[in-house]
Amino acid sequence: MNASLSTNPSTTALRLSQNIKLYKFHGGVHPPFHKKDSNQKPIEFAGIPERLIVPIHQHIGKTAELVVSVGDKVKKGQLIAEKSDFISAAIHAPTSGKISFIGEHSIPHPSGLTEICAVIDTDGKDDWGDYKLTPIEDPANADYSELLDRIEQAGIVGLGGAVFPTAVKLAGASQQNKNKIKTLIINGAECEPYITCDDRLMQDRSADIVKGIQVIQTLIKPENCQIAIEDNKPEAIAAMRAATADFSDIEVIAIPTIYPSGGEKQLIEILTGKEVRSGGLPIELGLMCSNVGTTYSIYKAIYLGEPLLSRIITVTGNGIQHPQNFEVLIGTPFSHLAQQAGGYTKMAENLIMGGPMMGFAIPDDDVPVIKATNCALFISATSLRESNPAFSNQPTLPCIRCGKCMEVCPVKLLPQQLYWHIRAKDFEKAEDHSLRDCIDCGCCSYVCPSHIPLVDYFRFGKSEIREQKVALEKADLSRQRHEFLLYRKERDKRERDEKRAAHKAALQEKKAAAKPNGANGEQSSSPKADAIKAAMERAKAKKQARTESEQSDAKTKETSSKTNTKANTEEAQ
Amino acid sequence: MKFKTKTSPFFNSSQNINSVMLQVLIALIPGTLTLMYFFGAGIFLNVIISIVFAVSLEIFALIIRKRPLLPFLSDLSAIVTAWLFALTLPPLVPWWIIFVGVFFAIIVAKHLYGGLGYNPFNPAMVGFAVLIVSFPFEMSQWIHPRTFEGLGAYDFGLVEQLGFIFGDQKPAWDAITMATPLDEVKTGLRAGTDYGKVLEGSTYLQTFSQNTWIWSSLAFILGGIWLLYKKVIQWQIPAALLGTLGFISAVFYIFSGDSFASPLFHITSGATILGAFFIATDPVSASTTPIGKLIYGASIGFFIYIIRVWGNYPDAIAFAVLIMNMAVPMIDYYTQPRVFGHKPSFFSSGATQRKQDKKS
Ligand code: SF4
Ligand code: SF4
Repeated sequence: MNASLSTNPSTTALRLSQNIKLYKFHGGVHPPFHKKDSNQKPIEFAGIPERLIVPIHQHIGKTAELVVSVGDKVKKGQLIAEKSDFISAAIHAPTSGKISFIGEHSIPHPSGLTEICAVIDTDGKDDWGDYKLTPIEDPANADYSELLDRIEQAGIVGLGGAVFPTAVKLAGASQQNKNKIKTLIINGAECEPYITCDDRLMQDRSADIVKGIQVIQTLIKPENCQIAIEDNKPEAIAAMRAATADFSDIEVIAIPTIYPSGGEKQLIEILTGKEVRSGGLPIELGLMCSNVGTTYSIYKAIYLGEPLLSRIITVTGNGIQHPQNFEVLIGTPFSHLAQQAGGYTKMAENLIMGGPMMGFAIPDDDVPVIKATNCALFISATSLRESNPAFSNQPTLPCIRCGKCMEVCPVKLLPQQLYWHIRAKDFEKAEDHSLRDCIDCGCCSYVCPSHIPLVDYFRFGKSEIREQKVALEKADLSRQRHEFLLYRKERDKRERDEKRAAHKAALQEKKAAAKPNGANGEQSSSPKADAIKAAMERAKAKKQARTESEQSDAKTKETSSKTNTKANTEEAQ
Repeated sequence: MKFKTKTSPFFNSSQNINSVMLQVLIALIPGTLTLMYFFGAGIFLNVIISIVFAVSLEIFALIIRKRPLLPFLSDLSAIVTAWLFALTLPPLVPWWIIFVGVFFAIIVAKHLYGGLGYNPFNPAMVGFAVLIVSFPFEMSQWIHPRTFEGLGAYDFGLVEQLGFIFGDQKPAWDAITMATPLDEVKTGLRAGTDYGKVLEGSTYLQTFSQNTWIWSSLAFILGGIWLLYKKVIQWQIPAALLGTLGFISAVFYIFSGDSFASPLFHITSGATILGAFFIATDPVSASTTPIGKLIYGASIGFFIYIIRVWGNYPDAIAFAVLIMNMAVPMIDYYTQPRVFGHKPSFFSSGATQRKQDKKS
């Protein structure tokens, strides 16, 4: 069956040949996919550029900590920056060379942000030294923690775009935790137009991907595994089917081609018909998703002992001579990639990292590729609106509430209402319309006949709400601080007064004691002495209360304010 | 090398506002032609005169408001408004009446509220409502349709018609005009005549082939189907509107067939079909959520019946639509669809979330 499919790839036949019920998510769009541009040639190594610029923060979580300094010689695979926290990931030297610079360098970011990078002047030898890790011979029988440690050591993060440290995710999903994973989903949907790196990876290295899958299976022991691939990649489907033919628990599923089927929650809905709770994780449904590229890196780390030093990147668009997929060392400048692909054409007007729906434009090609880079799209401004070039310069018109955006939103939001409220800066209303659930997929902007950049508004709205919350918390904090300060002033004053009173009383007592007729001194002083004693005791208690309240203040502001009020009421009594 | 930056998505589909509006204009053609068949060139003149006024006033308003002319004129929305408005006018109304109507539609209802996309009320209906309130006599002078024996629209040449519209010449209204079926039935039923008798007495309600209103309704349904097919409108508003109107009129008709008109009569008379497919579905002023559209359409159907039967005006599309336009923001807020990954909740689970956030 596989052979016949690979010779005659008909998309509907692909889906009909499997008897599994698939579901639909709401909305979605069919932009021109342009996959053929770049998926015709096998993956090639992009070569070693003269200079690698390796940012030390390429993942979600805490920035890794540098362990090398300028002038150091590094070998391939040597640690440059180590994992610094529970959620963080290690960074390695992608090839051998000398560290020539450590400091701020621009990274792929729409506004040309800079970040700490280690620049390696490569020596071209690509020498591992003894930094290659020992391959794990028999992963199926290997120790659970050995595998997990290796994945962590290798600095593997989610290569589908989320760049979340994979070891942390696997640890959360593995058997040793209470959440039982029923199905492992391998995400090969690759729904973004132009991008074909996963497609090509599945065609060229299917057996290795399957080995990676088996490692994950050993770790999290799912009942079965589904590899989901959009049916516009018949070759990849055939290759993966051939590679998994012997494994009854791994199934390759052709899913309909529609953007954004590769979104984690959307893919889960397609395969299971279930919705991941808003703000929740797939684990709650007994599911875990892993990207094809990530799975391949896991294979490399376990079987070859190689950390995550390179990834597959699609270099495509009409701004480049020969679009193709490359295996690229992390830190390679985009300009080097462009050279490898035959150089720029006249139409290279935009550089987009990622796809045209969710990627972002980069102002300069001197920035490095990072673990999250799946595509370098060099493209002309007109071809971005190629379906209707006559209107490429048409200005944004007002919203006519046609509802097209609502019809395509995979999250079932009301973009037209969100837009209205955000324009009016009514963020509360925007929250009422569940702005937080927007996944920035861009379907709404894509179909809008008024060409309104809806997603921009939503990003703005989200960041504004975040800022407001932070500001609110800050205001809360400073109010509490202020209240505490006032309380302390008053308390100090009172304590001082009491001390003074006690002192006075003590003096008087001394005086009384110093009197010659001390025989009746005890008796006469008794009421006074009682008062003094009581005052001293009170002062002591207060001191204690003060240190306590200060300690708890350091811990949490809320409890402190409580103790404050308590102390206040006590004092009042 | 340096590159331009924009924000994602970088793609845009080929759709434009004018391609949407163009579909509406195309869909209006069969209905307009049918009306022209029955009432002659007067209908066509109304449409042309309205469009000329509307576009001129639109240009005027855009210049005053310092908006770019080309994009806002090429969106075709003024033409759609004018055309819809024109179809509610009887033929041979004087030009200045048309002008007053278009002025209220384009200047007051549209541009004073901020122009395209910002008008809470349907502009064409505002224009019509102003006219029916201010000039009830002129607005009810429907001339005899083609099939009627005696003087009709076809007995005047084009020049003569233009003379009626622009000149001082006035037609002998009594001789050439007649009450519309809605008027006839209303007056008849009010006077206590049986519904059946009214129909018998009516000259052109008896025969199917002569019934102007049934034929034009069918033609407008054709246009409506085109809009549905082209996904310019959704099924909810027309279905809910016609369903509700049909249901209520059926209940009363069954309950007392003598004193209430039949559902078929209500659905095919006046501007019901035009209203259901073209006017109530105007996206800017209508409800935008799926459930909201059902409520909105159903309420319009309800008000049409109430006003027709117990109100003072023969037809009620305009008032029913305008009343419901006011309710749209509220309807939309309380009929948000269930968002992906949220539990079903009576309204806006986002609001519940926000409040929970505040508490914690
Ligand atoms: S698609 Fe554009 S014009 Fe239509 S409702 Fe949405 S935002 Fe408004
Ligand atoms: S960007 Fe947000 S609002 Fe727009 S379609 Fe995607 S999820 Fe819906």
